[in-house]
Amino acid sequence: MSKNKNSLIIDTTNHAAKGGLLNRRLFLSSAIATTAALATTRAAHSQEIVGEGQDDWTLYPGSDALEYSNRSRFEVDSVKRLIPNDSQEFLDLRLTKYVARTPLDHLLGTITPNGLHFERSHQGIPDIDPDKHFLVIHGKVKNPLKFDISALENYPTVSRNYYMECSGNSAVLFDETPTDQSLQEIHGLLSGSEWTGVLLSTLLDECGISPDAKWIIAEGADNGMMTRSIPLDKALDDAMIAIRQNGERIRPSQGYPMRLLNPGFEGNTSVKWLRSIYLSDRPVMSVQETAKYTDMMPDDKALQFTLEQDVKSIITRPSSAMSLKKKGVYEITGLAWSGKGKIARVEVSVDGGNTWADTALEGPIHSKMLTRFRIPWMWEGSSAILQSRAIDEFGRRQPSRKELLDARGTNGIYHYHAIHSWDVAPNGEIKHVYA
Amino acid sequence: MYMHKIIIFVTLLVSTQLAIAQESRFGVPATQADIDKSFWSVFPDGEFLPDGEGNVAEGRELFEYNCNICHNFPDENDPVKNEIGKLFGVEDKRGKANLDQTIGSYWPYSTTVFNYIRRAMPLVAPMSLTNSEYYSLTAYLLHENGIIAEDDVMNKDTLPKVEMPNKDGFVNAYPEVPEKYLAKP
Ligand code: HEC
Repeated sequence: MSKNKNSLIIDTTNHAAKGGLLNRRLFLSSAIATTAALATTRAAHSQEIVGEGQDDWTLYPGSDALEYSNRSRFEVDSVKRLIPNDSQEFLDLRLTKYVARTPLDHLLGTITPNGLHFERSHQGIPDIDPDKHFLVIHGKVKNPLKFDISALENYPTVSRNYYMECSGNSAVLFDETPTDQSLQEIHGLLSGSEWTGVLLSTLLDECGISPDAKWIIAEGADNGMMTRSIPLDKALDDAMIAIRQNGERIRPSQGYPMRLLNPGFEGNTSVKWLRSIYLSDRPVMSVQETAKYTDMMPDDKALQFTLEQDVKSIITRPSSAMSLKKKGVYEITGLAWSGKGKIARVEVSVDGGNTWADTALEGPIHSKMLTRFRIPWMWEGSSAILQSRAIDEFGRRQPSRKELLDARGTNGIYHYHAIHSWDVAPNGEIKHVYA
Repeated sequence: MYMHKIIIFVTLLVSTQLAIAQESRFGVPATQADIDKSFWSVFPDGEFLPDGEGNVAEGRELFEYNCNICHNFPDENDPVKNEIGKLFGVEDKRGKANLDQTIGSYWPYSTTVFNYIRRAMPLVAPMSLTNSEYYSLTAYLLHENGIIAEDDVMNKDTLPKVEMPNKDGFVNAYPEVPEKYLAKP
């Protein structure tokens, strides 16, 4: 068999920063040179069957079309590994496995497949019969109304791309000693989807908002009835009642049959299995906005209602789960996002933050959604520290770890968003470090 | 004649617009029963607290049968149970939720205790007790955290009046995190 080898010709002298970072446009613009096709070596002997040397999947008919299709059986690694460090005694009392993280190192693009969206529940995933479920909107409204799933499907829906990040994502990076956890374990409480639903403002308008309403209190129908207070201005801005995720009905783990979605806010506020929205003049002070999801500061005060998320980015390739096998050109790529709006710029450094180069952002860039960045890198086989830092359209820049800890200390466990570092050793192994 | 046509046209226009407006309204009136089934919140000033009453002694007994399988008593120190949720005996409010922070050291409102345990505990069967029993458990938790006396009674009038040690420990971060806590790149 002949091999038509396509090779990318890259000008490895076009440097953008120290350590081998190349101009971000090189991958995009370089010409694809095709080596001349070799003369065919296909057997021309009339006595041989012509499929000699072909693989089974080429020689035999494949399997049936399915009602709901699966991934290739070879893609066994791309799964949500469950939290690894809990003891069996703990899980026995905890009753349910309550967290599963997205394998970011296995994904490209910005949309997370529904089956790989991270999952976090406090008391398990309920099995809700949609015909018995409804959302009631009441409290400081003129007409308390209820909406079931078929009512919601009747409205003109909106479809928008938004990221979802748990406020506890990357929490282990508050620890003094750097963790040996992988990308997925450290940062996997992060996913991105196209969400379809009805704007909450449409439903609130139909109920008639009383002038003294300032907050909405959202409650779920799950075991434990997750409850959060959300400012009314957010509810009227871009909050939606999501009923679909990447086109299909949202999954049980994402709030089936309906969830609140507060774009850019900490994940916990997007109450799943949503059943009640109470309009109020004050927050309810539920356990999840007092005892949990509050940030202890160095002066022993705790920040409460830290709702809008900061600007953040991470390199997903190369990262901990892989190692560089040989010297050469690699693409550094990752994800950036901001709870306030669009990502404007992402820079990458391979020398621990001494020099930075602009990366190429893959468009279209959506507000409050993951944005993928990429830049080519010539690895010469020496040690390197890979970092990314993002800036959003409002000029907010992702801080270094030192800058974040100087302001917020290490007594908290939520809302970690500092620059993250991967150490590349001369043998190509990659691990998380503080730099 | 001409005027007549315009009137017909305008009427048609108004009625189709009305039809569209009507069409995209699909909410139906919520009944009190719908609201009662779905809404379980209790506010810090006591709004929506139910009738009923409880005391510390009953709470201690209820705790033994409904809670102690997962949560330590004040004089116990099972590390697995501590990790599930340490409910007593912590003075320092720094550290991890569940493990290092407790009702006595961290929680700013007494009503949150009732609001939370009624909806969520015991983990195997939340909402399986009566309102008075949840008041008793609340009384027990507050007492063992050094906040109320052994013979204090908890109901919808007394509970909201309980002052929590860390009531002034929180700073509002919405819509903006206060300047001094902003990382300065
Ligand atoms: C089967 C185990 C189990 C039982 C039984 C149980 N709990 Fe819990 N409890 C938990 C778990 C798990 C959590 C943490 C839930 C979470 O992460 O959201 C918790 C959390 C709590 C908290 C919050 C802890 C904190 O510091 O934030 C309180 C208070 C509490 N439980 C009280 C009770 C009471 C009162 C009972 C008995 C009526 C009870 N629990 C029974 C497992 C249990």
